[in-house]
Amino acid sequence: MIDTLWDWPPPVLDPAGPYSGKVTTLAWSLFGLGAFVTLVVIVALWIAIKGPGRWKAELGGERAIWLGGVAFPGIVLTALLVWGLTLTASLTEPIRGDEMRIRVTGEMWWFRVQYLDSSGAVVMEDANEIHIPVGQPVVLELESADVIHSFWVPHLSGKKDMIPGRRTFLRIEADRTGEFGGVCAEYCGRQHALMGFVAVAHEDGDFRDWYAQRTAGLARLGSGITMQNEPPTAATSRGSPRSAEERPIARPDAIPGEVSGRELFMQSGCAACHRVAGTEANGLAGPDLTHVGSRRTLGAGILPNNRGTLIGWIGDSQSLKPGNRMPSYDMLNADELEAIAIWLEQQK
Amino acid sequence: MTAMALVGAPLVACKDPVETRREPASGAENRGLAAIERAGCGSCHEIPGLDWPSGRLGPSLEGFDDVGLIAGQLPNRPDILAAFVRDAPAVKEGSSMPSMPVSEDEAADIAAYLYGLDHD
Repeated sequence: MIDTLWDWPPPVLDPAGPYSGKVTTLAWSLFGLGAFVTLVVIVALWIAIKGPGRWKAELGGERAIWLGGVAFPGIVLTALLVWGLTLTASLTEPIRGDEMRIRVTGEMWWFRVQYLDSSGAVVMEDANEIHIPVGQPVVLELESADVIHSFWVPHLSGKKDMIPGRRTFLRIEADRTGEFGGVCAEYCGRQHALMGFVAVAHEDGDFRDWYAQRTAGLARLGSGITMQNEPPTAATSRGSPRSAEERPIARPDAIPGEVSGRELFMQSGCAACHRVAGTEANGLAGPDLTHVGSRRTLGAGILPNNRGTLIGWIGDSQSLKPGNRMPSYDMLNADELEAIAIWLEQQK
Repeated sequence: MTAMALVGAPLVACKDPVETRREPASGAENRGLAAIERAGCGSCHEIPGLDWPSGRLGPSLEGFDDVGLIAGQLPNRPDILAAFVRDAPAVKEGSSMPSMPVSEDEAADIAAYLYGLDHD
């Protein structure tokens, strides 16, 4: 199952990659330094209360105040700041040439995920799930569609604000496979606490298979994504998000429930906000549902994804996540909800 | 899953979560509650002991031991309840509850948990 902050040790102390490893180093250093300062304060307190008179006088003297009150914190905090900033500088470097890029946009309250080619064009869109290969740094371009959010997968990197009108960068890298929980780490409104996602780290070969499968039929371009050992070429940088519509994906039909589920999805207005590549559903306001059937979670990392939770979410999303932008479709009856859920399950 | 929703709480020393209304009595009931959380039953049902989610699409499952018939039709027996939890359409034709991804053992544990829910 997905590793979350509830697990012990907490992910900040259990890094799954080099970038979070730096954060862990910094965290332990701060714990250590904090313990040392606490010890010094306790000793000083003991001297002030019970110590010999000569020590008390020394502690109350001007020299002790200058040394302990000004010089020590000034030097230590300055050194810590410089060291901390140097240590974590590599986390937020912008793109260096041919690295893999993923754009993540914070929305109230979910994460839009776009896989980019080397020219920065969108090749494939997903939501609330970020797939990366093990042992390779991935540059995230962080944006926000509304208010300030913050992107945080504690197992993989530090946290970085997602600011409207501004693009920030964060590097993540996993050195082991796994499913790592991520959250919005900046209060962004009513359902901030229910704004999560999953970062999935695959073995390199598995990731390539996954990516090839996802992009097959999506566009006419080559690999579309730039691997470290495959420098970008003109052929890989032709993609654009809209090119997906030009060649629809072959969607399974003649499956029981498929026709009515698909029709209901279109008729009920779902298509106004959601996109399903290869169909007329082309809305951009909500998460892209082209691959919703293969997602691990629903509702931005909050519910397991199965037919029951799909029905519950479609029919009653407002009681599960009050204030989210999807209305509860409680005018649909149970059969209609199930038909839509069955069709969405097939979108993989 | 609830854990994901509440991540962050331990690091910033928030108050303890609101006490759940009910502590499962036995091991089976404990496993049942965990299976309920894992499968996401709360996305349609209000279930005592589960603070979130608490969907209103299906009936509340409070006081299940006092319920006369499962889904208004089936005898309220543990084995039938377990079968219904796992694959409702197979047990009751036309059920609006879909089959859920739980094993037979998990379904039995969930039934044990639901039977432990009374009005008191």
